[in-house]
Amino acid sequence: YDTFMTVSCHSYVDTSISLEQIENLHKRFQRLSDNEETISRKHLDSIPSLDNNPIKKQIIEAFFDKRNQHQDEVGSCEEIGFEQFLMVMSHFRPPSLKTTEEEKEAMRKEKLRFLFNMHDTGNDGTITLVEYRKVVEELLSKSGDIGQEAAKAIADAAMLEVASTNVPHMDPDDFYEGITFEHFEQILKGLEMETRMYIRFLDVETPTLRCGKSTS
Amino acid sequence: KSALLRCAPRWSSFLPLTGLMCVLLLVFVSVASASRDVVSENNETWRGPAGETRGDSHNQTNSTAHKKAFPVLSFNYEHVRKPFEISLWILLALLMKLGFHIIPGVQNIVPESCLLIGVGLLVGGIIKAIGEEAPVLDTKLFFLYLLPPIILDAGYFLPIRPFTENMGTILVFAVVGTLWNTFFIGGMIYGVCRIEGGQLASVDPLSCLLFGTIVSAVDPVAVLAVFEEIHINELLHILVFGESLLNDAVTVVLYHLFEEFTHAGTVTVVDAILGVVCFFVVSLGGILVGAIYGILGAFTSRFTSHTRVIEPLFVFLYSYMAYLSAEVFHLSGIMSLIACGVVMRPYVEANVSHKSYTTIKYFLKMWSSVSETLIFIFLGVSTVAGPHAWNWTFVIVTVVLCLVSRVLGVIGLTYIINKFRIVKLTKKDQFIVAYGGLRGAIAFSLGFLLTNSEMKNMFLTAIITVIFFTVIVQGMTIRPLVDLLAVKKKKESKRSINEEIHTQFLDHLLTGIEDICGHYGHHHWKDKLNRFNKAYVKKWLIAGERSTEPQLISFYNKMEMKQAMMLVESGSTAQLPTIVSSVSMQNIKPRGPARQRAIPSISKSREQEIRKILRANLQKTRQRLRSYSRHDLMIDPFEDNVSEVRFRRQRVEMERRMSHYLTVPANRQETPPVRKVCFESEHKVYTYDDSKSPRGWTAEPDPSPPDAVSLLNESSQRANQSSEHRAKHNDELRAKVPDEKEEQDQLKLSRCLSDPGPNKEEDLS
Repeated sequence: YDTFMTVSCHSYVDTSISLEQIENLHKRFQRLSDNEETISRKHLDSIPSLDNNPIKKQIIEAFFDKRNQHQDEVGSCEEIGFEQFLMVMSHFRPPSLKTTEEEKEAMRKEKLRFLFNMHDTGNDGTITLVEYRKVVEELLSKSGDIGQEAAKAIADAAMLEVASTNVPHMDPDDFYEGITFEHFEQILKGLEMETRMYIRFLDVETPTLRCGKSTS
Repeated sequence: KSALLRCAPRWSSFLPLTGLMCVLLLVFVSVASASRDVVSENNETWRGPAGETRGDSHNQTNSTAHKKAFPVLSFNYEHVRKPFEISLWILLALLMKLGFHIIPGVQNIVPESCLLIGVGLLVGGIIKAIGEEAPVLDTKLFFLYLLPPIILDAGYFLPIRPFTENMGTILVFAVVGTLWNTFFIGGMIYGVCRIEGGQLASVDPLSCLLFGTIVSAVDPVAVLAVFEEIHINELLHILVFGESLLNDAVTVVLYHLFEEFTHAGTVTVVDAILGVVCFFVVSLGGILVGAIYGILGAFTSRFTSHTRVIEPLFVFLYSYMAYLSAEVFHLSGIMSLIACGVVMRPYVEANVSHKSYTTIKYFLKMWSSVSETLIFIFLGVSTVAGPHAWNWTFVIVTVVLCLVSRVLGVIGLTYIINKFRIVKLTKKDQFIVAYGGLRGAIAFSLGFLLTNSEMKNMFLTAIITVIFFTVIVQGMTIRPLVDLLAVKKKKESKRSINEEIHTQFLDHLLTGIEDICGHYGHHHWKDKLNRFNKAYVKKWLIAGERSTEPQLISFYNKMEMKQAMMLVESGSTAQLPTIVSSVSMQNIKPRGPARQRAIPSISKSREQEIRKILRANLQKTRQRLRSYSRHDLMIDPFEDNVSEVRFRRQRVEMERRMSHYLTVPANRQETPPVRKVCFESEHKVYTYDDSKSPRGWTAEPDPSPPDAVSLLNESSQRANQSSEHRAKHNDELRAKVPDEKEEQDQLKLSRCLSDPGPNKEEDLS
């Protein structure tokens, strides 16, 4: 356990997640995986409180998406180990007082990239209209029929807005292929991702967790 | 020369206006004094030195009444005196406000609140000079009539998301900060009084603490008045404003506590503990009372679909009752009012009609504006009128202590708070929070409530000085300081549908991640609350189908509505600022063969509302168009179609503008075949191909029942016409030189347009 932890910490020394947080997450990981080395989709599927979430599938998929591992690979895995789990979690760390402006900028890009990957299920670097429609449909999936009918209109309007803001003058001939990452950044720059997309790791609590150090 | 010409109109309007205001001022003052003179005159006339004969003649005249001529014109001011004076005061206040906005340049230097206090001082001075008694800011008047509208306006339109996100910070500032201020100021003042001796020696510690309570509370009215004008970023605004609202509970408890103690004379530990308990009772009780009335109001609004006219009244009355009920039990009326507004709002807005929503909004803004204006003017008047006991040491020490304690409090608390915050408060933020702690009329009224003693006048003078100092000095200098420190301003951009989608997406994502982590953070609880709200509460409190409408769809519908309203309001002669891009749905939709496409429809009631708006505007369009089209004669066998064509073209323009939100199916390039689509409420789609008809026109029978809405597309022009097109957007209804070629390429719109009814169709030609 100790060597494992040092290895993990070493790789994540720059992700500003503290040792205690890594320990807590490790415990959670073990609980999810029934004490095995890796988890697969069905382990995450079985979390009961996730059932109410309309975008449950996308969230689970994000864990197995190779693009979120920052290693320039594409595709998806079947199983992930704790390192990959931690890598995905590190997208949700908050900025601190010491974070400089460039670091904040990099953090924002990273978080936006995560969101972008969640939408871009086709792995082609753009979010097409079909993919965006799927996003809105999933968001409204728990809302019954009303949701499904309006989803398309909303997605279309949203796409139109992206196109209008980013490419103001298009000839009638042109076709807007899809939202690229730059356009995505542009339309969401008002949301200040680096301060909104975070989880407080500090008080992770599950029934088996103990505060402070514990031998596992 | 041109500069002079430009200045001339401004000055020429400036002089008469000030003249008018001066005249009004004089009229008011003379009437006010005349009223009293008239009263005393009436009394004296019958009893004056010549009274006897007068009285006799009066009696005689009474007995010989039939000889007296019928009074054509008589003067009876007493009858209407009170409402007359009230109206005159309010009119004066509003004219002053008007004046400040017309006079150029003043607005940027001096905040409105200062100007109004100045006017109050002036009026008070005039009244005093005449020798009359000026009306004082009566406590009952203030707390029961002037304060509630402002608080309700603030509470109803409170931005919930930033408020709840920063709730911890706000509470710490409100509770701990106010306590710190009270005890620090009270204690130090007592110390200074002890040291000074003399006139101040008789001040006892409890009075000092009471004074500290009154003078340490940040005032919502003053904060609103000043912060409205500087457009500071949302975080700072909500911090200072939230603090000013929530510290009411602390102020109420401490005030009553110290007042009781002053009468009782001694303080025991039990009393102190009871004080703490009282605080929780006051604040939570106030919130509970407000929430109950809020739910009642929401429930009532569920049934008002047939009596739309009285809907706004329910909002106002329930909120006012919440305030009064809380005041009955000495609970915090302000918190009750805020809770009522916050609880009521989402459900009421889902239930009431659009007009009622606008009415509520505008009435609240109107009342709060009037109240605020009156408060500041009265503050000025009362300053001149009130009994003063000026003590240099006391006043100066108070002002200095207020500043010092505020700064110390903010710095100390921020240090602690920043350990728990994700978005830390920087030094700039701390400065603004400290500097924005303005005192206002609440402090004054509370001071007025003090029991009469020699101390009271001294306290009152000091309170007034602090208020003046904070509002005038700090209020005036905060704007240049904000610019100097380059504090972030409020971002003006309006909410876009993408932001809304991603806000929701983020909420769900973060909730999901929290669930995976096994961590019950505030996203988890917020999600639980939302689900509870959706499952149970909404069903009870929202009428009809709206109760199951997801938030994203409400937002989308709201945006559509706004677009429609904007179109209608901008008419057709004004430029539409938002549509600056030539991107339309055709650029986004994937190319493909013409196929049946199920176009999603919005709900029927929405459809009807939008259709109503379109129809109303199209009628206007048609009326205007008729007057223009008569001048454009086309010698053409299809001439009688031309006006109709042009009319339809304009409609197409408008509907094309609508296509930003109302989905328009893709159309193809160059020349027709043109596809027209109309759909009915049953979501069926009819696609017609225009290529078969001569000259591109189609004459079609009206295929759809009257209540169909069609979303039209037009054949897109050739590329070189697209810029022309944009020009057409701008002067849509100006008479254009008919261009036959254009006409040929024009799309003749199908008749399944939003105009039901044969009589309307007849009007066309």
